[in-house]
Amino acid sequence: MKLLTLNFLTCARRACKSSADAFPLHPRDVELEIVEAEPNPSFLSNILPRLEWPALVTLCAELGLPGLPGEAPEVAELTAGEDGKGGKLAEDLHRLLLETTVKEGALVCGSCGHEYRVKEGIANFLLPSHLV
Amino acid sequence: MLPTPSTSHASFDNVYEPAEDSFLLLDTLSASSETNFLRERFGQPSSATEGTVDSPQGAPLIVEVGAGSGVVLAFVNAHADVLFGHRHILTLGTDINSFACRATRTTAEKASAEAPDGHGNFLDAVNMDLTAAIRPGTVDVLVFNPPYVPTAELPNLSQHLQYNTYNPVTGNSFEQDSHLLALSYAGGVEGMETTNRLIEQLPEVLHPERGVAYLLLCAQNKPEKVKEHIRGLGAGWLVETVGSSGKQGGWEKLQILRIWRAGSPRAL
Repeated sequence: MKLLTLNFLTCARRACKSSADAFPLHPRDVELEIVEAEPNPSFLSNILPRLEWPALVTLCAELGLPGLPGEAPEVAELTAGEDGKGGKLAEDLHRLLLETTVKEGALVCGSCGHEYRVKEGIANFLLPSHLV
Repeated sequence: MLPTPSTSHASFDNVYEPAEDSFLLLDTLSASSETNFLRERFGQPSSATEGTVDSPQGAPLIVEVGAGSGVVLAFVNAHADVLFGHRHILTLGTDINSFACRATRTTAEKASAEAPDGHGNFLDAVNMDLTAAIRPGTVDVLVFNPPYVPTAELPNLSQHLQYNTYNPVTGNSFEQDSHLLALSYAGGVEGMETTNRLIEQLPEVLHPERGVAYLLLCAQNKPEKVKEHIRGLGAGWLVETVGSSGKQGGWEKLQILRIWRAGSPRAL
């Protein structure tokens, strides 16, 4: 499961929908895997407006990955340079969002503490019936 | 005609096999009336060469709920350039059936590989009930081919968590596969019990201005009544039949509704 996917996911419990602590989900005991993908700076610049940047910074810190700037970059920074490839920042974001995947482990809700398992790259957000 | 993604790797013992309803979705979403609508609403991505953002909204997120084999989501992703006029889309599948999630991932990845110059960005298939874990307000285009067959009852979900896991020792039992397959078609009263739950989730999960949903119905679902229900979600909700097939005794057997909210997306 790509780290970019986590930008669009939250706790599945109804009661957590209105809680600011339910996003982002927190990785626990995860095994990461790099799956190479073709770099595409113009695509990255279209993803940028969709990102919850502070959540991404938190996620990176919790995974022990190299830090991101505290503030979201400008779109122009991702396509800067003579080659239009945006240099190291674009490379780092590409690796982080599109190539870094959670293979095994868990995602934990910061509001209710419920733990969702990830197996073979597929996250399971099904709840036992008493939690629905 | 755009090529239909291959689903030959999927096991149709426990995952819904693409059928007339799936193909109606492919035909409808790639018809010029719908591609014009989608391009108007989600076109004009930011241009890398000029370094400017024409569309500050960013890449649209397309979510197929109950993606099954993944044939529809893989089609939308593989042919992003044709449907949206650009490749900068994100696609995500959900399914309550973990076997379907695995099938969707493979279908989407294979279809992308066969459309190297036109595909969007497939994110993942995630195992969940409808849109349960999707962050509110993030979905730009939602597609749902629901379990629409009227049945006496819905599959018993109390055993779902056991049935959802592959047993490497004994393999899947007949009961297990029957349960998983029933989730793909059994719709309860008027075939609408699951669809009604999804309709209730639309106001929350769809992007408040840009969001649009495509919903497939069969005649027994009483489409006109469903349309009234959707218009009753609140002021500004619009619904229109944008695809249909298989006339039976003068009735359209299957149809596809487009559901969206009034307002000009370009002005947002």
